[in-house]
Amino acid sequence: MTQPFMFEKPLGMRDTLPAYYQTKRSVADRLESEIGSWGYLPIETPALEYYDTVGRASAILDQQLFKLLDQQGHTLVLRPDMTAPIARVAASSLKEQSFPIRLSYHTNVFRAQQREGGRPAEFEQMGVELVGDSTASADGEVIALMAAALKEAGLEDFQVAVGHIGYVNALLFDVLGDEEPVDNLRRFLYEKNHVGFGQHVKSLGLPKEEENRLLGLLQLRGGAEKLDEADALVHNGEAGRALENLRQIREVLECYGVEQHVTFDFNLVLHMSYYTGVVFEGYGSRLGFPLAGGGRYDELLGKFERPGRATGFGIRLDLLVEALGLTGEKPAQTCILFSREQRSEAVEEARRQRGLGKRVVLQDKAGVENVEQLQSSFSEWIDLNKAAKEDEGR
Amino acid sequence: MTEPLKIAMPKGRIFEEAVELLRRAGFSLPPEFDDSRKLIVDAPEADMRFILAKPMDVPTYVEHGVADIGVAGKDTMLEEERDVHEVLDLGISPCYMAVAGLPGFEKTDVNPKVASKYPNLAARYFKEQGEQVEIIKLNGSIELAPLVGLADRIVDIVSSGRTLKENGLVELETIVSITSRLIVNPVSYRLKDSRIDEIAARLAEVIEEDVR
Repeated sequence: MTQPFMFEKPLGMRDTLPAYYQTKRSVADRLESEIGSWGYLPIETPALEYYDTVGRASAILDQQLFKLLDQQGHTLVLRPDMTAPIARVAASSLKEQSFPIRLSYHTNVFRAQQREGGRPAEFEQMGVELVGDSTASADGEVIALMAAALKEAGLEDFQVAVGHIGYVNALLFDVLGDEEPVDNLRRFLYEKNHVGFGQHVKSLGLPKEEENRLLGLLQLRGGAEKLDEADALVHNGEAGRALENLRQIREVLECYGVEQHVTFDFNLVLHMSYYTGVVFEGYGSRLGFPLAGGGRYDELLGKFERPGRATGFGIRLDLLVEALGLTGEKPAQTCILFSREQRSEAVEEARRQRGLGKRVVLQDKAGVENVEQLQSSFSEWIDLNKAAKEDEGR
Repeated sequence: MTEPLKIAMPKGRIFEEAVELLRRAGFSLPPEFDDSRKLIVDAPEADMRFILAKPMDVPTYVEHGVADIGVAGKDTMLEEERDVHEVLDLGISPCYMAVAGLPGFEKTDVNPKVASKYPNLAARYFKEQGEQVEIIKLNGSIELAPLVGLADRIVDIVSSGRTLKENGLVELETIVSITSRLIVNPVSYRLKDSRIDEIAARLAEVIEEDVR
């Protein structure tokens, strides 16, 4: 370890300078107002949680957690997401409040550092959790709200891929009948390794038709017609329920008029065990990384001793801003430059202009290093000295 | 006017084989393009743009989405563990990853050292074997390591086995077989699905023919 230079920040940490802050803030405001208008109430939770509670329950992999020790020797984590803390709150502080509960958040979350650029260790996330509602209306609502929020933020060209882990499990179990091979195949999907999936299927020595049913899963990607194709691959209760759930979600999305942004993708496995039903991920055309995602997690609340079904989504604000193609723009500001004897006049003028809703900087001329440079950073420039001279000249 | 599909390709032998595959799949690619020194080559007729990269870097370009799809060896996929879709085995450049050493190699009590260009893959393999080794990362000419005593074994790609033989090394264990794969960025996989699916399907047909 070498001594860091004084300007250095820990790996993966970022500063937000004024212009970018302003851009991010305005995107966040639009998201927040959309989410608020759907009746989700914002909450905050601490940055630090116990590793044994929120840390373990969270969907984030262990090696991605920031861990530290408190003075009592407990392992703590910097919150890696907001879903687990909200589950904790819903099961404790809000335990008297009956389900369903609609909560939203806008906060920084942390992921253990990675060497490569483009993977911040701390980033802003905004999202909702709809806790204690198992209906397809709830599933559809959070997807529709995510789409509405992205649209409200100005993202036009986006897609949401929707899958269902219940269906994937039902098909795999129906063919394989055992936990271990199911787990192996699910892992290939989770790793997006379709070649490995195909090779593994062929290595199992299954009858040709059974093989084809499994390989058929890889083709289940597209519009609503894929629901019927999925139906043809497997007939059992669990698959039927999953597809019925998706059909209803599709109806909900049609009601909200966002179905053109949605495709079905039964290969979508976002986590090995966390999600229990519908899963979804959002993509913008200008960015190579998914910028939003979520799904149904019916087991999480049970871990906090208030069993309840829940669904929700999270949007990565940093990625959304990137996908919007925004690089940051400072707001328009006015500067009033004065010399000592004009101070009270300057304050009066500033007060008047601020009253008009302008952003006004009051600057004593004696405190300026370089007048021209300062002037160039303002959209409006009032030099009281000059104004006074011109008055005299008249 | 859509923008061309961006394809990251490894420079060298795999590139030529992949271009050959694409031509056979019916994509019209410019004839002069094999010996160009340019790093970005457009193929307007096929509506494609090729980004020529170091083989090990192809998954990086694809993961970050500056390339929609790419051709990458399974060796680099295993080493880099990038978040991309691996959709098709192109079957080109077949070889395998192996452990090699001097003839008569025997494990001793001394801390075993393994040299490789693939430190992650090598570390994972030995961990799975229940053996704890120390990995030394080299960038090429891996066969040198056991000859000069830098490491007692190496993990490297073997295609014909000639390099090993000429340097007096023998293969000790086979780790995994390797071919080149068609990989796809997760966002492009959704937003440009029809184009990418078509390319994958046409390539799959050509590959199928070869197998028959």
